[in-house]
Amino acid sequence: MGRYIVRRLLYLVVVLFVVSVITFGLMHAVPGGPFDREKALPPDIMENLNRRYNLDQPIVVQYGLYMREVLIPKCQDTHWLATTEDDAMIKFKVGNLYCKWMNFGPSYRSRSRTVNDIFRDQLPISMQLGVMALTVALIIGLPSGILAALKQNTIFDYLGMSIAIFGVSVPVIVLGPLMVYVFGVALGWFPPTGWGSQPPYILGFIPRNLGWDYFKYAIMPAVALGLGSSAIIARLTRASLLQVVREDYIRTARAKGLRERLVITQHALKNSLIPVVTILGPMFAALVTGTFVTELTFGIPGMGRYFVTSITNRDYPVIMGTILLYAIFLVIANLVVDLIYAYLDPRIRYD
Amino acid sequence: MADLFNVQGLETRFRTREGYVHAVNGVSFHLKEGETVGIVGESGCGKSVTVMSTLRLIPTPPGKVTAGQAIYQGKDLLKMSDEEIRHVRGSQISMVFQDPMTSFNPVLTIGRQVAEPLEIHNGMSRAQALERAAEMLKMVGIPNAKDRLNDYPHQFSGGMRQRVMIAMALICTPQVLIADEPTTALDVTIQAQIIELIKRLRDELGMAIIWITHDLGIVAGLAKRVMVMYGGYIIEEALVKELYGHPQHPYTIGLLGSLPRMDEDAHRRLTSIDGLPPVLLENPNYCPFAPRCKFALDHCWNENPQLRTIGPDHTVACWVDPTTGKER
Ligand SMILES: Nc1ncnc2c1ncn2[C@@H]1O[C@H](COP(=O)(O)OP(=O)(O)O)[C@@H](O)[C@H]1O
Ligand SMILES: [Mg+2]
Repeated sequence: MGRYIVRRLLYLVVVLFVVSVITFGLMHAVPGGPFDREKALPPDIMENLNRRYNLDQPIVVQYGLYMREVLIPKCQDTHWLATTEDDAMIKFKVGNLYCKWMNFGPSYRSRSRTVNDIFRDQLPISMQLGVMALTVALIIGLPSGILAALKQNTIFDYLGMSIAIFGVSVPVIVLGPLMVYVFGVALGWFPPTGWGSQPPYILGFIPRNLGWDYFKYAIMPAVALGLGSSAIIARLTRASLLQVVREDYIRTARAKGLRERLVITQHALKNSLIPVVTILGPMFAALVTGTFVTELTFGIPGMGRYFVTSITNRDYPVIMGTILLYAIFLVIANLVVDLIYAYLDPRIRYD
Repeated sequence: MADLFNVQGLETRFRTREGYVHAVNGVSFHLKEGETVGIVGESGCGKSVTVMSTLRLIPTPPGKVTAGQAIYQGKDLLKMSDEEIRHVRGSQISMVFQDPMTSFNPVLTIGRQVAEPLEIHNGMSRAQALERAAEMLKMVGIPNAKDRLNDYPHQFSGGMRQRVMIAMALICTPQVLIADEPTTALDVTIQAQIIELIKRLRDELGMAIIWITHDLGIVAGLAKRVMVMYGGYIIEEALVKELYGHPQHPYTIGLLGSLPRMDEDAHRRLTSIDGLPPVLLENPNYCPFAPRCKFALDHCWNENPQLRTIGPDHTVACWVDPTTGKER
């Protein structure tokens, strides 16, 4: 198992290389540049800007320069300053050397803030939102799927599955404003907009204040974003459990004299979760990267707006950095999913 | 001696899109302590549904036991509460299933699955039960039994898995073992080993056995009495010797005809019975075997024969005497 994890982390390096090359290539292949305006800038200013950001270099050189800033730590014997050039995600000290690592560079648009600043402040919020949406999806989806299966063809089943169809078919852009109005404005249960955590974050994305002050902001958007996925999980769980209870080994369990409750909890559930776990990886990816509309609806200062506008603005460092960090995050999340999968199904052994 | 297990007039139906499948039609049989009986018939004739109905293990819906009783030690299994029958299953009456591949839970260890009946019926702790499970696995011939408790089903071969299933069924030393085609899914050499194993365990533990098979050859060396099923009916029942020596139902004769025998001319081709077993959507007013029967008379098409006693310990449901070809 240990070897498997190491292998997967090596595979992460390959993924990052491929993702970075493709992203870099594609974003430069798209016509237009970061400094194109309605009214074109004077050529000499344009030239200066391009030189300043190495955009006049061949693309392979640009890629190399960018990746070096991100991947290779830089050390010197004096403090790094709080300037755009000296900024980095991680700063540390080795002996009497001051080092910095993972500099995602300046944003071409927000002059005052580096990409690192955006990643410190905005990206964690989107990741939190994605993680919580998945949690909501599981908390709602698993029990209702199980209940629907156990009470097959009863009112519970029909009601649950009707809500599930509603859940997948109503998009955030409809559900979100509705929730803001009903629970935020009319009932006043939750603040209609905003977010309840500030940097610095534990491990770069976990908030330090996990109390009501945090969740009162997070609950509505997490539900809005996660509801569709919870419906998918519910339907899959139901189908899977209905399939499993017809298996021969469930009959064996009954023939041994187990109580029906134990037949389900000890023999059926673990098996029925196996297919559910396989969709968690892609579902998580979709949730974490698909927070844009939710953030817009609930006024959340997350990554969504930066990410979407960075593409139209050709803000190359923001695009690259975001995709790289999401890739790392998702590869690790998929690794966790695979480990859960191996735990559930002993026929899968990674070695 | 009183019967340990007595089933009377068992009737099971399955609701399907085409209508109600009459899977078991008024089946009666009995079993004394320590006795082994065989139930034989082509696949689909209702053998499994018969025994599963008595333990209420058929999927409901679509299945339903619509009539009959199954008296075990004086109590009707079909009228018991769920909690009562739960105490019978796996502890008094155990089952070994046909397919050792699919009958184990793939995500639980073998030790856990074998030990489970002891935990639920004898109130043993997991540790105690596992210790006993290791002994039981050793008894059924699993090498290094103790080390294999933590293995999963897929780490065992088919034959070994069937041994494990037998250990699991016998761990609470039940009075009755129902073996539903326990060797059908196995290679011939392994089949013989499993049969030997069950014989040995029967001698050591003294349980009664209901042995289900579609192979009359297997049951000959094992059972004292054999019932032959067709279309959800028992159509002949006799002591083994009598049944093999003087089969009275044309279907039994057909089954015996399809059996390779050592003492016969090796060039003789195996005969098999033409046609397919029926799927009964109603109780027929003719003999269900008539469409495939070469002895069929007019009477056979007009009335479904009931079981009749034609000799000591020999009953048959047939209008025809196969030795003469005339109505008996
Ligand atoms: N779940 C079910 N739904 C519908 N029909 C069934 C079901 N289970 C069994 N049957 C029917 O019952 C009949 C007897 O089946 P079974 O007892 O399994 O045969 P076998 O003698 O091979 O064990 C078959 O004709 C089958 O069509
Ligand atoms: Mg069967």
